[in-house]
Amino acid sequence: MVNGVNLFFQFLDSFGFIVLSAIGLAIIFGMMGVINLAHGELIMIGAYGTTLSFNAGAPLLLAMAVGVISAAAAGLVIERTIVKRLYQRPLDSMVATWALGLAMTQMVRIIFGNSLSGIGLPLGAIQYGQFSYSMYRTLLSVVALVVLLGAYVVFTRTEFGIRARATIQDDDTARAMGIDTDRMYTATFVIGCALAGLTGALYAPALAVVPGMGSSFLVEAFVAVVTGGTSVLLGTTLAAGVLGTANAFFTNLYGTFIGQVAMLIVAILILRFLPTGLSGVVETVRGQMERES
Amino acid sequence: MSDGLSSRRGFLASSAVLAGTALAGCSGGTASSSDAVTLGILEDRSGNFALVGDPKHKASLLAIEEINADGGIMGNEIEVFDPDPQSDNQRYQELTDRAIRQENVDALWAGYSSATREAIRPIINRNEQLYFYTTQYEGGVCDKTTFAVGPTARQQLGTVLPYLREEFGPDIYTIAADYNFGQLSADWVKVLANENDANVLGEEFIPLSETDFSSTINNIQEADPDFVMSMLVGANHTSFYEQKASAGLDIPIGTSTAMAQGYEHRRISPPAMANIYAGVNYMEEVPTESNTNDGGFVDRYFDMYPDAPYLNEEAETNYFSMYMYKEAVEQAGTFEQPEVIEALESGISLGTERAPEAPEGQTIELDGATHHVDHHMWVMKADEDHNIEAVENRKVPETFLSETVGCDLREEAEQTQYTPVDYYQEAK
Repeated sequence: MVNGVNLFFQFLDSFGFIVLSAIGLAIIFGMMGVINLAHGELIMIGAYGTTLSFNAGAPLLLAMAVGVISAAAAGLVIERTIVKRLYQRPLDSMVATWALGLAMTQMVRIIFGNSLSGIGLPLGAIQYGQFSYSMYRTLLSVVALVVLLGAYVVFTRTEFGIRARATIQDDDTARAMGIDTDRMYTATFVIGCALAGLTGALYAPALAVVPGMGSSFLVEAFVAVVTGGTSVLLGTTLAAGVLGTANAFFTNLYGTFIGQVAMLIVAILILRFLPTGLSGVVETVRGQMERES
Repeated sequence: MSDGLSSRRGFLASSAVLAGTALAGCSGGTASSSDAVTLGILEDRSGNFALVGDPKHKASLLAIEEINADGGIMGNEIEVFDPDPQSDNQRYQELTDRAIRQENVDALWAGYSSATREAIRPIINRNEQLYFYTTQYEGGVCDKTTFAVGPTARQQLGTVLPYLREEFGPDIYTIAADYNFGQLSADWVKVLANENDANVLGEEFIPLSETDFSSTINNIQEADPDFVMSMLVGANHTSFYEQKASAGLDIPIGTSTAMAQGYEHRRISPPAMANIYAGVNYMEEVPTESNTNDGGFVDRYFDMYPDAPYLNEEAETNYFSMYMYKEAVEQAGTFEQPEVIEALESGISLGTERAPEAPEGQTIELDGATHHVDHHMWVMKADEDHNIEAVENRKVPETFLSETVGCDLREEAEQTQYTPVDYYQEAK
């Protein structure tokens, strides 16, 4: 039987995981059209930065900041050297970033070995009846919402955000209006990488920190971004909600394998029947409502 | 595209192919001369199983170096063919084929996971290649040229399950990795539960790529067993122990896979691994003289590899199987594989004058009929500080193939894997 409280916590967990997996990629792919297959490795860099600083003695929050900065720095280097040449070439950017991902994984393996000593999960458990749930993982769903909100505020309410969206919408006109488009692209890419790093930093205490850990996030990230549709932030939120529900519900009933299968089937159905994604549907409905009024 | 251009391209392409084939033919000749013996060691040093595969590779090389320093096998120095298969079964198949047909290895050690073993066994069988599979596995492989010398699920689980049933009670919940090893080990848990008056309340199979165990933890809490049997495998699954500790789940867990292979007790902060009982033939902490004394196995391993993080279960099997091979070759008087297999089938013991004692303990024997080893098994418990204590140990012979199935490879050359479902009602 479906246990309601368990299902609620599992949904929050799933929602948080999908949002945090996808947000960095949503910015980079959703806004810039760059298919960044090294997204998982940027998450891994965030996790490694966090774990290494923590093991060197830094308090957890500072260690997480180090993780985010490491991923952002890696993103800066990647953008300046490789990605900026590939903006109008999506297939080429796929191949280049895939190769980059492989190289990064192996480099980390060579430098740091096959695994790191883990950070313990802080904050203990929430007890309810015979069940318990990790407080930390529940908190991550709240953090996910905060990140979404923060990204929304940055991209719609700040000067920088408006310029960034202008650049991405119409590069030539933006440049004609005096915006340094090169710097905008770099900055947006770096923000996407920093968010990926944040995901890695947040999940480092919960997972085994190994060089290949990035691949556990990739499926959720890409599926969420693609089913989310054109509007980046709204799409990610809606996708995480729908996919998270499917995942949590079927996992609760039949186990993790069926939960994954169900989530992916739902994604296929969304893509088949709603080609503009979930946010596309919202836009259409909103458009219809405006026309009627 | 003019005709001239495409025909020139075609000419260049075909001449390149011809040149390549000719060169490949050059290197494809026999590589082993009569002066050296070549052994194939295919162990994962990258990919999902790198953590557990790397010590296997290192231990094989340690044994080879010791044997070479002592004059080699029958005066021949051992050479090694050891590329990295990268935890990729397709790569394993390519490299196995290359090892057998191009490098002409005299014996092959390959593979960590059961999926790998089954992926390459058809190639092994086609070429009748002498093959040592050294990982702990589900058991049942009755194959003329394969020597599965690691402990079987029946030996491992059969050591720890009865102990936990005695200590904690009869109700069991099983969690296992969702592939052949996990599924078959779970079947063995059912067989052993039946033999020890225990009940399996539920089973859960978790894909190898899964890292989120919150629903599993809730399911365990709901079932409320006396102890859990865990056959989780790989780097992704180690997150379970971290997450269960954080959720406050402190039920005793019996395992054949945790700690001994991936040294979770060193990697994860205490007390996540508290009350975990590993049923294994070897861990770095096994308290035998040949293991922990000065100059023992542990010392020799870390002398050769000072930066290695841990000396795991499979490494010991890679190590002693190399000495078994040497012993068999010396008994047979030749490197020819059929004769060496015959020598192995006549039964090899370690802990004799000629073959040194295996680090896991008392004299252990290779059973010639089944090609499996009667291991010295241990129940190793981790406490809140992740110190390891041996709470039980005894010699456990291989019984499934020898007694239940009746596999005797000296009489009849087979290439089958038998599963408990075929022989035990309760495994269904």
